[in-house]
Amino acid sequence: MMNIGSGSLVSVPSCTGSWKSGDVVSDQFPVGLRVLVVDDDPTCLRILEKMLRNCHYEVTKCNRAEIALSLLRENKNGFDIVISDVHMPDMDGFKLLEHIGLEMDLPVIMMSADDSKDVVMKGVTHGAYDYLIKPVRIEALKNIWQHVVRKKKHEWKDNNYDQSGSVEEGDRQQKASEDGDYSSSANEGNCKNNKKRKEEEEEADERDDASALKKPRVVWSVELHQQFVQAVHQLGIDKAVPKKILELMNVPGLTRENVASHLQKYRLYLRRLSGVSQHQNGLNNSFMGRPDAAFGIISNLNGLDLQAIAAAGQIPAQSLATLQAAALGRSAAKSAIPMPLVDQRNLFSFENSKLKYPEGQHQLQLNNSNKQTDLLHGIPTNMELKQLANLHNPSESFVGMNMQVNSTTQHNNSLLMRMSQSQPRAQMLNGANNGSQVSRLPLSMQQSLSSEGIPGAVPAQSGIVDNAHGSVYNPVSQASSMVDFSVNQSKELQSYNFSLGSNSSGMSTMTNRGMLHEEVNSDIKGSRGFPSNYDIFNELQPKSHNWSLQNVFSTFDASHHASIQGTQGVSSQLLLQQGISSTHNSEQNRNVPIGKPMYSNGEQSGHSNPMGGPQLNSVGGNMLAVKAERFPDADYQSTIFPVQFGQDDLMSAFLKQQGSVEPVETEFGFDGYTLDNLPV
Amino acid sequence: MEVGQLQRSFVEYMTSLFREGFLDAQFSQLQQLQDDSNPDFVVEVVSLFFEDSERLLNDLTMALDQPNVDFKQVDAHVHQLKGSSSSVGAQRVKNCCVPFRNCCEEQNTEACLRCLQQIKQEYLLVKNKLQTLFELEQQIVAAGGAIPMVQ
Repeated sequence: MMNIGSGSLVSVPSCTGSWKSGDVVSDQFPVGLRVLVVDDDPTCLRILEKMLRNCHYEVTKCNRAEIALSLLRENKNGFDIVISDVHMPDMDGFKLLEHIGLEMDLPVIMMSADDSKDVVMKGVTHGAYDYLIKPVRIEALKNIWQHVVRKKKHEWKDNNYDQSGSVEEGDRQQKASEDGDYSSSANEGNCKNNKKRKEEEEEADERDDASALKKPRVVWSVELHQQFVQAVHQLGIDKAVPKKILELMNVPGLTRENVASHLQKYRLYLRRLSGVSQHQNGLNNSFMGRPDAAFGIISNLNGLDLQAIAAAGQIPAQSLATLQAAALGRSAAKSAIPMPLVDQRNLFSFENSKLKYPEGQHQLQLNNSNKQTDLLHGIPTNMELKQLANLHNPSESFVGMNMQVNSTTQHNNSLLMRMSQSQPRAQMLNGANNGSQVSRLPLSMQQSLSSEGIPGAVPAQSGIVDNAHGSVYNPVSQASSMVDFSVNQSKELQSYNFSLGSNSSGMSTMTNRGMLHEEVNSDIKGSRGFPSNYDIFNELQPKSHNWSLQNVFSTFDASHHASIQGTQGVSSQLLLQQGISSTHNSEQNRNVPIGKPMYSNGEQSGHSNPMGGPQLNSVGGNMLAVKAERFPDADYQSTIFPVQFGQDDLMSAFLKQQGSVEPVETEFGFDGYTLDNLPV
Repeated sequence: MEVGQLQRSFVEYMTSLFREGFLDAQFSQLQQLQDDSNPDFVVEVVSLFFEDSERLLNDLTMALDQPNVDFKQVDAHVHQLKGSSSSVGAQRVKNCCVPFRNCCEEQNTEACLRCLQQIKQEYLLVKNKLQTLFELEQQIVAAGGAIPMVQ
């Protein structure tokens, strides 16, 4: 996708600088379309190059996937579309496709001499925009520009949705925070959410009229996602086709298309999971390794928080799942809007607390994450479900998560319960609420996250939360950063996070998040793989980088704040909102380079999110957004935040869930960016 | 030989290559891609094809010569050969790849070796034909004529 001109990451979604649906193309379009073609066959490569040149495109050819990726990473806006061969010696074409989708969110066309149905199907499920059979004819190449336009148009819509609040999560959160009364209670959240919902619906309606391409967004709440995962498992992952899943789920209003896109994301998430376990090492590693996780965590938490945490890899899958579930559940349970903030806060606190913790904790987290990874794999169903759910609903989950966390225990329970880990979560939350053990939070989180429950974590969480206020910020930041990554990581992360959360204690998640953060940037775009259907992601993803970031951060922030603050639902909301706004603005964003998870924003907003600001506000949903462009300088946040933030957020989330915790005082209360103070 | 005669020979030769299935429509595409900015495009691409194919055929020979044949690897090579041959329009070479891949799937070394043999033959044939074609082109150009387009 072409972010023409959109320089800052945090730009307001509406003005990404790149094309807007109305802008369309320059007069000369598609002349000058910047194509990157990747193929290890020199003959084909040369032919394609010539053909593309004859179409008046600007061609860069590359015979190795790794080189292609680095080219893309160095030039985030340097290309409009990628054409890649399926069979390559150094990297499987589908893997490249995933990376590109996550990190850069560019349309990718696959090609191969292999025209067998399953390979073509693989292309579809991985999110390829088209699949060409070799020998490729020039006529086929002439029309590739349509994919670029289509994608931009779609993103534009998404962005716009977000802006106007049509985004389910982001908007909701924003609205909620804007409402100004952030009471941590779930009610408020609900009210707000309801309000937002209406507004969103209205906007959505408007949008529908305005744009023919508008697609109703399906918010993949925790419940919904769980249903989805259950259906998938029932059918068997190999046999799970959208139609059957849809039938099993039996959700009125859900279309096969919704399921298909969600399934796609889920599959990616699963794939990531299997790849993730290898990356447990270091925050960064884990982060990278598990974009899903992070992602999942972030989105889940409040969608985002959890995922971020999960992503961080630190959060045990179960915990994450729980968190996510909680978050999602909450949102689902409640109406999802009001809570997000709250949950987020919880999440944040959770994460923050985690973050706060020094290396030891991180290590813990890391360990946890490692475990989580394993756990994740081991407990695919739950975690994946959760994560997936989370992922899907970045905004939702994010919100939900936050809400859940923040909201009362009951929410926690509801959400958590959903997730296999739910119980532990509840505990975690409870514990977190107690707040006194800040330091323990991470640990507790971790523990709690683990499937067994979150008994340990809870207390820690609360401690953190409580203490967090001041310190929370830091962790939060970290968490946010982490979250950011998660979010950014894109769906995969989310899903992954989800698991992570569930498995390990929040700490691990946090850690991962931190790493995730850094990595997120690169992976954020991953979601490209999931075209439009993936509402949360897609929608959140703004065309421009900024948007993504914003979303991510917003969400994250919201959650983060929530966590930090405790359950200040309001704060979370604010954060979220702020996150969103911040994303737009650059204040928060800084880091959020594009994909930065919202979390980071969240943190920053309140605290000084190094990340980049707008993260949270955009609401978990933005995770996708994050993807859009990876923040070029995510570094800011990523380093510090990710880890911290995630934990805190997670913690917060947990705490919130507990309901009790929340003392969170409203750290989040400030206008939205409570995280400002977070020392990043 | 005078230009007209050369050109007629060229057209006849090219037509027969298409008729006999050595070349297919993809080759015509290559010819159409050639323009003033890339006057030697076809030769360039075909040369790449020759290099690549020879390398692949060598790899295939070695792979099938192993005590424990790695059929996945063999299949990968054949797949690539299929891709490049189809891209230049070397139809008969491409057609040999399909049964070859089936033999790989069956993990039948003997059958694979036979396929390899066949593919080598087809490759040498088309290489020879293309080289003759290019020589004719050079003669035409040297004689001051333009290379006729053959569909």
